[in-house]
Amino acid sequence: MSLTASDVKKISHLARLAIDEADIEPYANNLSNILGLVEQMDAADVADIEPMANPQDATQRLRDDIVTEVNQREKFQAIAPNTEAGLYLVPKVLE
Amino acid sequence: MEWETVIGLEIHAQLSTKSKLFSGSSTAYGAEPNTQANVVDLAMPGVLPVLNIDAVRKAVMFGMAIEADVPDVSVFARKNYFYPDLPQGYQISQFDKPIVGLGHLDIELENGETKRIGVTRAHLEQDAGKSLHKDFAGQTGVDLNRSGTPLLEIVSEPDMSNAKEAVAYMKKIHSLVQFLGICDGNMQEGSFRCDANVSVRPKGQAEFGTRAELKNINSFKFVERAINIEVERQIDVIEAGGEVVQETRLFDPDKDETRSMRSKEEANDYRYFPDPDLLPVAITQELRDSVRAELPELPEQKKQRFINQFELSAFDAGVLTSNRALSDYFEAVAEATGEAKLSANWVNGELASHLNKAELDVTESKVSAEQLTGLIKRIADNTISGKIAKDVFEAIWNGEGDADEIIEAKGLKQITDSGAIESIIDEIIAANPGQYEQYRSGKDKLFGFFVGQVMKASKGKANPAEVNRLLKAKLDA
Amino acid sequence: MHNKSLTELAAGLRAGEFTSVELTQHFLDRIEKYDESLNSFITVTPEIALAQAAEADAQIAAGTAGPLTGIPMALKDIFCTDGVKTSCASKMLDNFISPYNATVVEKLKAAGMPMLGKTNMDEFAMGSSNESSYYGAVKNPWDTERVPGGSSGGSAAAVAARLVPMATGTDTGGSIRQPASLTGITGIKPTYGRVSRFGMIAYASSLDQGGVFARDAADCALVLGAMAGFDEKDSTSSEREVEDYAAGLDQSLQGLRIGVPAEYFGEGLDEGVAASIKSALDKYKELGAEIVEIELPNTGLAIPSYYVIAPAECSANLSRLDGVRYGHRCEDPVDLEDMYKRSRAEGFGSEVKRRIMVGTYALSAGYYDAYYLKAQKVRRKIKDDFVQAFENVDVIMGPVSPTTAFKLGEKSDDPVSMYLSDIYTLAVNLAGLPAISVPVEPAEGLPVGLQIIGNYFDESRLLNVAHQFQQATDWHKQSPEGFGG
Repeated sequence: MSLTASDVKKISHLARLAIDEADIEPYANNLSNILGLVEQMDAADVADIEPMANPQDATQRLRDDIVTEVNQREKFQAIAPNTEAGLYLVPKVLE
Repeated sequence: MEWETVIGLEIHAQLSTKSKLFSGSSTAYGAEPNTQANVVDLAMPGVLPVLNIDAVRKAVMFGMAIEADVPDVSVFARKNYFYPDLPQGYQISQFDKPIVGLGHLDIELENGETKRIGVTRAHLEQDAGKSLHKDFAGQTGVDLNRSGTPLLEIVSEPDMSNAKEAVAYMKKIHSLVQFLGICDGNMQEGSFRCDANVSVRPKGQAEFGTRAELKNINSFKFVERAINIEVERQIDVIEAGGEVVQETRLFDPDKDETRSMRSKEEANDYRYFPDPDLLPVAITQELRDSVRAELPELPEQKKQRFINQFELSAFDAGVLTSNRALSDYFEAVAEATGEAKLSANWVNGELASHLNKAELDVTESKVSAEQLTGLIKRIADNTISGKIAKDVFEAIWNGEGDADEIIEAKGLKQITDSGAIESIIDEIIAANPGQYEQYRSGKDKLFGFFVGQVMKASKGKANPAEVNRLLKAKLDA
Repeated sequence: MHNKSLTELAAGLRAGEFTSVELTQHFLDRIEKYDESLNSFITVTPEIALAQAAEADAQIAAGTAGPLTGIPMALKDIFCTDGVKTSCASKMLDNFISPYNATVVEKLKAAGMPMLGKTNMDEFAMGSSNESSYYGAVKNPWDTERVPGGSSGGSAAAVAARLVPMATGTDTGGSIRQPASLTGITGIKPTYGRVSRFGMIAYASSLDQGGVFARDAADCALVLGAMAGFDEKDSTSSEREVEDYAAGLDQSLQGLRIGVPAEYFGEGLDEGVAASIKSALDKYKELGAEIVEIELPNTGLAIPSYYVIAPAECSANLSRLDGVRYGHRCEDPVDLEDMYKRSRAEGFGSEVKRRIMVGTYALSAGYYDAYYLKAQKVRRKIKDDFVQAFENVDVIMGPVSPTTAFKLGEKSDDPVSMYLSDIYTLAVNLAGLPAISVPVEPAEGLPVGLQIIGNYFDESRLLNVAHQFQQATDWHKQSPEGFGG
């Protein structure tokens, strides 16, 4: 699979990564090479094989519905880029 | 051309758990911003989700209530998109293996018929935080208290063909989740929200038209209005030779229009995949049994029981079971007074109209079930008449005390003593000789005039049945 | 002091030969003196270390000390540490002071081990050479022109140079075993679910597993015992009880059945490495083990499967790094999208961006089945190979890495050739099995690691098998020159 410049733009937008025009071509090559490697899988016969999402055959453990947390806003917001009145500030979100 | 409307609803019901879906933070409404968001809710690097059993139980209970398939295994998946109120950069939701599969629900149509609406699925997912757009020097403030609160997203089949049916379905789900005690149904606080998928097609056409998704319509009134406006808009677009675009639209109740949310309209590719931090959720027989044991009486069952046990009309029983709190209120009064029919009339009549006027929920009623019980007992034992009782109700509503206190304080006790009533009658006859003569000469209609006069003279306190009996005897003697 | 094993250090502390404060200061001095040439630490925390050492001394004096109390350690900078910068070697988290502790950090703290600092690594654990760190490459103490391996390269180099008695690592596709192999130390990656992942910054959640670097298997057994165990904060954590790993170390290997897969000795394996591995297998025969040829026919599919699954999971795991609540935010964003895109483009290095993009692509509409779903099916085939093999053998052995440590810069421009160096380690993560890297005879003066793969939760046997080899050899006692003996 060979990725085009427009594929790279689309992916980098989905992943919210700014990408310089000059870097698009190298990325396209790099990613195409990686996908080439990945496509070695194509030969594998996986008919009737259940996909495996996790090494464990276990099922999800369930937690009791108990409130265990206390307010630590000050500590958490000490490392935030921009806060005011207890809120995280971001550039205007358009409705 | 004749048009046909096709509507499907996606309802988001916040499950009334104490803690969040995947963390031990409180879900209580109205706290100071970001004071109920812990490391997991803030998606700090390295944190992991652990599933709340109560959310699972509530979802399973919903599934049982709509007679849905509840599969043995369900899977959480990540839905990937960037938004400031979504700290992980993905929402933990369910995709191809939801916790509740196909079920159904019957709604009553205006013509009295019932219609079965399919529920495609219901799945568990995290709620997002809130973006606040007030002025922070042109920036948006983000509050993540709601982030991670459990939601049950209930997706209907496109089975509704007009706005009224959509509202009936939404009300039915609203009532059901409250009956089950899985959601508080508070629409002001956003505990119960709705998106509507609306399309139109020429009558008789098999395939669906292109649909628009109306987002976040948070009252029954708005749902009806938004759908009707959207249907008109789509028909106008098509009739003008245009095409309906598949998009998300926002209903603006102030301008009474729906408008495109283009900012969110860019090609979404959510890249769902199973969340590797969570394992498949097994719904064991043990869990099913224990949920079933807690499954409360459902609205439909309760309605039938009210009809049988209390001999109520289907209409009265239907109204009283439209809401769990209302049915509990009624049942408490009916049981305590032993006067089911009278209780139903009062709850559906005076109480409902007061609540309506004051825009209060029955849980916020200024007349408690105990107070209404006290009032109805006094009607039943003839201490007061139904007419006086309305004044007493008003007084209770205004906080003047219980029925007995008010009756006592205002001297509203009904006059049942026949001697006292007879003497009033004598006075009235004596004061109205002309009318008396006319009555005697055959003008029966004047009977009502005499009743009115007697009641007036007793300040409404005379027992009406007794007045009738005694007056008849005197006048016809 | 720095050449003693953990058991010896514990004995010395008990006997009062030295205090924990003295021991801790000794290692801090060594870091100060030698780390400039290695760059194995991102953050050194002398105040915390000495305060914890003083506490440990008090516990030792009071007789309440455990087996590890007072022995200093270092943490890979992927473990969140309350009040301490936890960067994951990324500019994105250069300003991130973690507000909480990882479970592993809590456990080692509870064991009384003073923390010397946080070690360098490949950015977000993505790499096999430790060249993708925002803080610069780590050098291999055996030859500072060469890489120490990755992604836990800082931990490995620091233990190899005796700058710290032990360090934690994480292993998603070989990130403990490969650097252990390339730096001549012992490194164990336990069964998936054995060590809590809570607070361990996620790269690929279904593959990541925390583990230990130390001089030898006996030291690994001690520390792993303290780190492992069920954690209610991690849904994928196993509820199985932790065995006493030290208790089984001395068992004889008589009759041990060692599976040797032909697929691990094929094309691409360096001859010197092959010879070292074969001589180690001979040593095992001397120790009474039996060599059984086995097949792991889907080995070749591990690389393609891994390079779909890991990037796919990472593409979502790293979405939280958006500049909203913590971490890097670009200057003067013009709007929300600009903030996301520039913050992330500036915060992430090129390998991280590549993997995010590969993963995003593999999950995107129209490609999910061909990439992600297929990779998950292949993953099961790989697991089934191992399950079948373990019906017939007790452990599986082979090389960790096809070559010894390569030169800095040799592969950094060619991601695919870098990925190929993980050929023998990836399958173990896909299957979720435990494995250990044990130093064997060096090849051309550079360390070589033997990989021993165990059955699920068979860490005890792995450590026993490694320990018995180390009782019979002294490769693990060799240390690089130039670091004060």
